[in-house]
Amino acid sequence: MNRFAFATVSTLAVAAASSVVAEPQAEVLHWWTSGGEAKSVAVLQEEFASNGGTWTDMPVAGGGGDAAMTALRARVLAGNAPTAVQLKGPAIQEWYEEGVLADISSVADAEGWAEVLPASIADHMKCEGTWCAAPVNVHRVDWIWANADVLAANGIEMPTTWDEFNAAADKLQAAGVIPLAHGGQAWQDATVFETVVLGIGGPEFFQKALVDLDPEALTSDTMVQVFDQMRTLRGYVDENFSGRDWNLATAMVMNGEAAFQIMGDWAKGEFLAAGKKPGEDFLCASTPGDGYLYNVDSFAMFDVDGDDKKAGQDLLAKLIVAPNFQKVFNLNKGSIPARTDVALDDFDICANLSAEDMGATSDAGSLLPSYAHGMALRGSQSGAITDVVTAHFNSDMSSADAVQQLADAVANSY
Amino acid sequence: MSEWLENHLPKVVLAPSFIAVLIFVYGFIGWTAWVSLTRSKLLPKYEIKGFIQYERLFDSPRWDTAINNLYIFGALFIVIAMVLGLLLAILLDQKIRAEGAIRTIYLYPMALSMIVTGTAWKWILNPGLGIESMVQGWGFPNFEFDWLVNPDYAIYTIVMAAIWQSSGFVMALFLAGLRSVDGEIIKAAQVDGIPTWRIYTAIIIPSMAPIFLSAFIVLAHLAIKSFDLVIALTGGGPGYATDLPATYMYAMAFSRGDIGQAASSAMIMMLVVFAIVVPYLYSELRAKND
Repeated sequence: MNRFAFATVSTLAVAAASSVVAEPQAEVLHWWTSGGEAKSVAVLQEEFASNGGTWTDMPVAGGGGDAAMTALRARVLAGNAPTAVQLKGPAIQEWYEEGVLADISSVADAEGWAEVLPASIADHMKCEGTWCAAPVNVHRVDWIWANADVLAANGIEMPTTWDEFNAAADKLQAAGVIPLAHGGQAWQDATVFETVVLGIGGPEFFQKALVDLDPEALTSDTMVQVFDQMRTLRGYVDENFSGRDWNLATAMVMNGEAAFQIMGDWAKGEFLAAGKKPGEDFLCASTPGDGYLYNVDSFAMFDVDGDDKKAGQDLLAKLIVAPNFQKVFNLNKGSIPARTDVALDDFDICANLSAEDMGATSDAGSLLPSYAHGMALRGSQSGAITDVVTAHFNSDMSSADAVQQLADAVANSY
Repeated sequence: MSEWLENHLPKVVLAPSFIAVLIFVYGFIGWTAWVSLTRSKLLPKYEIKGFIQYERLFDSPRWDTAINNLYIFGALFIVIAMVLGLLLAILLDQKIRAEGAIRTIYLYPMALSMIVTGTAWKWILNPGLGIESMVQGWGFPNFEFDWLVNPDYAIYTIVMAAIWQSSGFVMALFLAGLRSVDGEIIKAAQVDGIPTWRIYTAIIIPSMAPIFLSAFIVLAHLAIKSFDLVIALTGGGPGYATDLPATYMYAMAFSRGDIGQAASSAMIMMLVVFAIVVPYLYSELRAKND
């Protein structure tokens, strides 16, 4: 609490000092436009205004950020980039290579970001050693959600290995319950795939295969097993899954039609919005295996001209990582703060579990970026992998063929 | 002065749109061709690197699927829509009652956007909501109609929706053609005792050749640029089983930050259009010169 008060006061003090020089201005491009997300951004907007800044909102909805990226491309080509843009993962470095990102190391050093952020997450915020982006939250991707009543009625525990999962699923199927609620969209297939890679191959294999794209790992027997498990999972999905949205799959778990769903912790928001209680109505656990797959939203800072805009950028960066915003924002969004020193008393048990695992896996070196959510690879590489994963899941391709196609697709994606 | 104006007014009036077309159509075609020869990723780069993007394109199984789908979709869509449109037009041409009302009903799908058509057919064809569950509810539990979610058949659902949308329009084209055939010839044939079907196959349809050509050109370019229908109906899925070149290009340019790849696929699409349109233009121009 002391620390929190201190941070707030120092924020105010610095803001007051900088407003003497120039009034902070920030134009922020983002695609948080749906209910809970818009509310979360409003928190930042208010905080920015109360520190004397002028916020120009530039929300561009549509296509999971595709529309916003098109807008960004046009703005950058016109030489008039926004102050801060919602970007994540290697896309930050990709924009840095185009030479358009700003250096916010002075803020990061003054605020001691290096001490409060997990090392692997901090690395995403750096461009060749300098800080160029500010993290907002951490979504965990490798979650498995379950309907507590359905599991209890069938005498099933949360599975801790994929074999246990398969056994549980067979039992559920025999009992007439859909074992796995899934939506047949490419990114959802990819989400399940990466949790299976992590579960069967382990964190080291995940790093080699889906981060380093080591051809040996991609064509290994382990990868064949991963595709075998994907084929098994295909059998646990109802036949009407094609094109289903993820939140409809979550609803199937909620109303007991299906038992499990593998999805990031935005699914928790759906459960909570329906008045379900974590631990009682629905259960959360990490997917079978060790490790932690994160999906970190962040704001990349673009090169801007003018002292007022630079002051706005610094203020924005400082506020985003400050404990107050990290807490309020993530309570709204269902994720957990990126900084590790925020008290989590107000967060639910799933968020606490997530934070605990994040600390533990960070120490163990198994805190890994999610490939399916654009944290591990650049667009063309992750897209190439997703093409193979979704083609395999939606056809009767053999695992050996899939592995071969995977290696070819990755080689062809550069 | 006024004489000069009189002589040059058409040119002056046309000049702005001519310049706009020059820049925004041919200029950007040239730009796309240039970019397709580079290694552009997130932003366009202008350093020429040869045909690497085309090599990548033809190595990609997803592009293979997209091109195959274009053949299947294009061929079935054009042929069936034309046959159906012609049949409807001939039936409507039999001096039936309430022709105006029926004609309007057949034309109505054309008034909908492809997005609406796609969404409606998505619901109709969804095994859990639409035809399959309805027929099963009537007491035929073994009835199966899961084309929408079956990767091998999903492309045919797109053909269905597209035909539903466009055959009314083709019918209108053909109906106008049928009405323009000289009534005297038909009457003469009837007097000679030639059966009606012979009148159609030997006299009316051959005299409508230009209409066939226009219908073909309209349908062919609809097929090649098809995008919204796929997005609304299947989203390219299951997997990427219903990808078309246009959706492939969109994915590369806007989701994956692979502009070079998108540009090369756009060039191939353009070549396919050229392959259809150039012979048409050639024959048109030659006809005028004769």
